[in-house]
Amino acid sequence: MSVWKEFNKGFWSENPIFRLVLGLCPTLAVTTTAENGIGMGLASTFVLVCSNTVIASIRKFIPKKIRIPAFIVTIATFVTIVDLVMNGYFHALHKSLGLFIPLIVVNCIILGRAEAFASKNPVAISIVDGLGMGIGFTLSLVLLGAIRELLGNGTIFGAVLFGDSYLPLLLMILPPGAFIVLGMILGLMNQAEIKLAERTGRTPLIRKEHDCASCAIHRSWWGLGKGQETAEQ
Amino acid sequence: MEVSFIMKEILRLCFVMTVIAAISAGVLAFVDQQTEEPIKNAMKDEEMSAVESVLPPFDNEADKDTLTLKDEADEYKFYRGRKEGGIVGVAFTVIAPNGYSGEIKVMVGVDTQGVVQGVQILDHRETPGLGAKIETADFRDQYKGKSLADPEAWDVIKDGGTFKHITGATISSRAVTHSIARALEFFAANREMILGSEEEKSSESAGSEENLR
Repeated sequence: MSVWKEFNKGFWSENPIFRLVLGLCPTLAVTTTAENGIGMGLASTFVLVCSNTVIASIRKFIPKKIRIPAFIVTIATFVTIVDLVMNGYFHALHKSLGLFIPLIVVNCIILGRAEAFASKNPVAISIVDGLGMGIGFTLSLVLLGAIRELLGNGTIFGAVLFGDSYLPLLLMILPPGAFIVLGMILGLMNQAEIKLAERTGRTPLIRKEHDCASCAIHRSWWGLGKGQETAEQ
Repeated sequence: MEVSFIMKEILRLCFVMTVIAAISAGVLAFVDQQTEEPIKNAMKDEEMSAVESVLPPFDNEADKDTLTLKDEADEYKFYRGRKEGGIVGVAFTVIAPNGYSGEIKVMVGVDTQGVVQGVQILDHRETPGLGAKIETADFRDQYKGKSLADPEAWDVIKDGGTFKHITGATISSRAVTHSIARALEFFAANREMILGSEEEKSSESAGSEENLR
């Protein structure tokens, strides 16, 4: 288990949004602009790293039966800290994200990493996992936000890109746009993964047929290595 | 034997959970205490910069020179901007209840004659890219210099008024326009009290004190 592998799995092989498809509530809601994506992503990353750190360090003291409430209390504590600190020191950002910050508590990625990783691994590697997953989440949010902002408003990070003659495709920054762009990216990423795997000769992360065993959540949950999976086939 | 084992287990779980919750509570109490001041300051700065943006230049502390009035539905807080002692403008907030998605908080600045000096959108939940464009200076500045003198005009063009609405966001534009008209009406109806009580304040401060917050 190399550190680099734990770090970069959040970018592609276990990307929280496009591969695990977790945490969609904040994803769909805030990605109307690229800037919101960054803010939400960084806030979630902070909570994820902190909660992973704490949960990994107290994992041996938490009885299995009450692990979920214990995780939730830890996560909710950090979310409240982010909420208060952001309100005090980054007031403008808090205004545009305010509604969604408390929702980080119920972001499945954070509880998911606590349950699937931090509660079973030492502190240092859990921090790496949190950081990688958080950055993967942030990059995905920025990508979604940038595409939606560009098509729906003609700007990117608030800078006008297409000029006045561009008639914005408003649908893209309305709720349906989030689903459309997300679906397109998911499809493209799966296609790219299949092509990539064919070229390098490894087993693709996704199969052309759909079943539970080919889902990344299943793999990460049961810790299935690639070897086992090939044997299954 | 069996029962006492279960009891012990339950007590142990309760104990661990209590410890975790207590630590969380302690940490949160500390952070809350630390951020109380910055949050208050940030909110005050926000309020003041909004007041500054809707009023002509003033040199007093407008956030301390306030007056709160009520009508049946709402409470209005008036910030009085003065230059060399005389009132140059009054800023106050109205809430448009009929935005596309909920309330829109609009701050209006008027001079002593009730002519709009500036409009600022403080808070809204309108659609980004559509209704949210009520925030743009292009939209807000059209109200500058307008007053109740032409009551017919206080509508969007689509409804026979004179104010242009944002394409695709007539509801938001209409809500803002109507709320400003309502603000001006309230100001006109209570003008004496808003401007007057302040002029008398130095001589008979006791009389207007009850209105001051």
